[in-house]
Amino acid sequence: MSFIVRRVIFYLVAAWVALTINFFIPRAMPGNAVQAIMSKFPNLTPSAYGALEAMLGVGHPGSIWHQYWSYLVNVSHLNFGTDVSQYPASVSSLLAQTIPWTITLVGTATVIAFAIGTALGIMAGWRRGGWLDRVLPGLMFFQAMPYFFLALILLELLAVRAHLFPIGQGYTGGLIPGWHWDFISSAIDHSLLPAFTIVIASVAGWMLQMRNVMLTTIGEDYVLAAQAKGLPDHRVVWTYATRNALLPQLQGFGLALGFVVSGAIIMEIVFSYPGIGLLLLNAVTSNDYPLMQAIFLVITFAVLLANLIVDVIIVFADPRARAREGAR
Amino acid sequence: MSPPILAIEDFSVVYRSPDGDVRAVQQVNLELYASEVVGLVGESGSGKSTLAYGACRLLRAPALITGGSVRYQGRRAAAPMEILRMQADDLRRLRWREIAIVFQSAMNALNPVLNVRDQLLDVIHAHLRMSRQDAQDKAASLLDLVGIPRARLRSYPHELSGGMRQRVMIAMALATDPEVVIMDEPTTALDVVVQRDILTQIVELKDRLGFAILFITHDLSLLLELADRIAVMYAGRLLEAGTAAEISGEPAHPYTRGLLHSFPSLRGARRDLAGIPGSPPDPQNLPPGCAFLPRCGYGTERCTSIDMSLAPVASSADPGHVTACPFVLPGTPPPAEPTSHPAAASAGADQ
Amino acid sequence: MTVALPVSAESATVPETPQQLGLWRRLPTKAKVGAVMMGVFILAAIIGPLLTPYDPAFQNPAPALSLHSPDAAHLLGTTQSGQDVLSQLLVGIRLTLELALSVGVIATVLSVVVGVAAAYLGGVWDEVLSLATNVFLVIPALPLLIILLGYLPQKGQLATIVVLSGLGWPWGARLIRAQTLAIRGRDFVAASRETGEPTWRILAVEIVPNEVSLIAASFVNTVLYAIGASVALAFIGLADLTSWSLGSMLYWAQSQQALQLGAWWWFIPPGLAVALIGTALVLLNTGIDELGNPRLRKAGGTGVGAWHGLRPTDPTPVLEAAPPPRGRLASFLHSFSRSSLLDEHTGPGGTP
Repeated sequence: MSFIVRRVIFYLVAAWVALTINFFIPRAMPGNAVQAIMSKFPNLTPSAYGALEAMLGVGHPGSIWHQYWSYLVNVSHLNFGTDVSQYPASVSSLLAQTIPWTITLVGTATVIAFAIGTALGIMAGWRRGGWLDRVLPGLMFFQAMPYFFLALILLELLAVRAHLFPIGQGYTGGLIPGWHWDFISSAIDHSLLPAFTIVIASVAGWMLQMRNVMLTTIGEDYVLAAQAKGLPDHRVVWTYATRNALLPQLQGFGLALGFVVSGAIIMEIVFSYPGIGLLLLNAVTSNDYPLMQAIFLVITFAVLLANLIVDVIIVFADPRARAREGAR
Repeated sequence: MSPPILAIEDFSVVYRSPDGDVRAVQQVNLELYASEVVGLVGESGSGKSTLAYGACRLLRAPALITGGSVRYQGRRAAAPMEILRMQADDLRRLRWREIAIVFQSAMNALNPVLNVRDQLLDVIHAHLRMSRQDAQDKAASLLDLVGIPRARLRSYPHELSGGMRQRVMIAMALATDPEVVIMDEPTTALDVVVQRDILTQIVELKDRLGFAILFITHDLSLLLELADRIAVMYAGRLLEAGTAAEISGEPAHPYTRGLLHSFPSLRGARRDLAGIPGSPPDPQNLPPGCAFLPRCGYGTERCTSIDMSLAPVASSADPGHVTACPFVLPGTPPPAEPTSHPAAASAGADQ
Repeated sequence: MTVALPVSAESATVPETPQQLGLWRRLPTKAKVGAVMMGVFILAAIIGPLLTPYDPAFQNPAPALSLHSPDAAHLLGTTQSGQDVLSQLLVGIRLTLELALSVGVIATVLSVVVGVAAAYLGGVWDEVLSLATNVFLVIPALPLLIILLGYLPQKGQLATIVVLSGLGWPWGARLIRAQTLAIRGRDFVAASRETGEPTWRILAVEIVPNEVSLIAASFVNTVLYAIGASVALAFIGLADLTSWSLGSMLYWAQSQQALQLGAWWWFIPPGLAVALIGTALVLLNTGIDELGNPRLRKAGGTGVGAWHGLRPTDPTPVLEAAPPPRGRLASFLHSFSRSSLLDEHTGPGGTP
């Protein structure tokens, strides 16, 4: 069976596991959550109450398999129900508002950090003992620091004190979102500092990983053979060493996507950035169960999809994987 | 006689570590002439690969060349070049064009992400001035040279069989018409039938194109058929060198004798396989004098103070037949036989 | 032609073979620094809370002492409600380390069990366990942690430990499975099997001891993850905020606007402590990595700088014969050239 098809099946299994966890957790929790919610949000209609009960498995609304099945059907139609804390908005509409913010900012910042980190890693791996090797422990310090810590300090110093950047938010309050320059420039302006903190916090990790992969690759016989062949240095570095080292590096990128998401959530909390992470926090603090469930699913599916994209890229880049892909 | 194409003289290499230096190669002399096959034989760790790669300055940190000279004078060269004094750029031009290497494991020595044609073109473009079309034609003709179908130009290394990969390596080595081809155990990873095939092909190409071969192996039996001259290496030093006929018929050094008795002959009388007891010494703790002493049936206390220089074997017909052991000569009977030969007697007295 | 070379003429004079050298000596500098730093923090965790000058929970109502900057009485200043930051910090280090080390132990044990079982049992077991491992690897951890803790009515220390351990084992399990597969295929294991050694003995005596460095690295990684995750969760507010872990200190500092009000002594120390512990662990890990994978080590080891800055494609260096005596200026200028890296000794006046 082709490699890609197998990966797709794997991601479907993972998605199913996530769905099932999502389904069973609220039912497994102690205490009567429904009462807690009702007391918090007195203006819910009886149908919302019923839906909540159905979600939490309270009050015998049919066999568990029946509930599971209707849950799966709902999810496949992207019907996540009505929201609780911002009633009567639908969960899907809330998601639709916040997802674009997260994807553009986090996506761009992560790709930039990966590119810079990988480039630095190539240099550090090629020149042992250079200045990059000396800088590395310092960069690791930035990475070991809790991300929000670094973010808050930078926010305080650069935005509040130095007034170089706006202080959080996605765009200047009062502007109406839309495709006009005022709004877009304001959005860009507000995304600079958060993006900057993401890059600073994650560059060291990518650099260290690429450096290690480069060192291992440089030790391979074919790099020595390339040297013995008298090939020019740039060819040895790029086509023989780097091209091979990129493959494990890309795989590492795929594995690290979960951490990218974590960073994104925290960044949005620190900067009050109107993305899906901030929405998740608000949902948790207000016990907005339908929203929590939906956000978790959306985030998980996005990560699975990104992993699949990375797998496809690797198949294109590595002839050995292509061979496995074509084997029937 | 024309000068040697590659003259390695008094060559020494160490691996520097915080615990001290590992003397991998010590004061080795070796010469290669055009169109000849010189075999370099030794156990793993004897330093034969270090010698060959070191002569091309291909060893990586922490290797350090501590002495000697490596002079190259190919037929294309106007004057002899001292490799140990060359600048990096000149060395790069010298590599492959003049001295090529066939590596031991072709699977590891070929770039996994490039196809055969691209790897051949890499080598061609690095050293020869040719139009794109000419280079492509040359790449195709190189595959013809080693008997691989042209369609394989588009294959990736993992798509080829072991024998085919090794032949691609040979084709790549011959791409720029080198004067010296160093073959580092080229057939060790292959099965016997393919081995035979490839070796025949190598000899045929050598006869046709006229390059010299430095053939590194741990298998002495192979060299007896293949090589013109043989050098025996142990613990970083040469112990014996001479023509293949001399080495096989009149071996002087005890180690060589041990190696010869370690494999059965298809022809000739049956005899007991002896092998050599013990194992090679730890390169970080080399004893003074002859490193082979602990495993040598002829060894005496005098062996700890010899200087390991190579001296001609008096009884040999070949003036180039040299040995490092001043005590044992061709014709010295093996120590197991009871005789009154002085060397054997003192060996017996020690045991 | 043997020149006077600074190569020892007699065989190397080390007292023991490198394998017998103590583990401490073989560790690269980075790891030693990391180990020392961790030692300091562990010491602080053990005896710190006994040394606290004040009860961390004691709220001093005197308004003058609210958000007071550091002075002799309060070495790290006070919080909004007059609590001593230093005391909180000492207790916090212990709580955070307790939590992280517990998670580390539990998750590492889990990952060893899963990894070894999957590799050794093979077949269906391997498929199932590998699938489970990969699924939990790919599902993003923080959102799941947030969800799990979000549904829980009480978010105590124990709950956090359970939840973090439950998601912390897949990384290590995957690596350990790969390593065990490699070892399992080796001859000495097959030999043990042939001689009829019981499975548990093979595992305990032959397989696991060969993976010690991998397990150690995995443990350190898991502790690192536990610290990061627990501090992040506490900062968001999803932890037991009545305890004084470093994360909850940061939560309270942030919610009371410590930074904005200029009370850096409340916000910086706990964050710095986490950063330093994290750095110590990363250094330790890098060291363990380099121990296991020699290619990552600095070429030539410590104390031999001859290969500093050389690229892999540079030709093997040749030790020059004793260079001609140079004047002071010439040798000063020569010290900038690359070949001076190989000079063993340069005395005054430049004559080696």
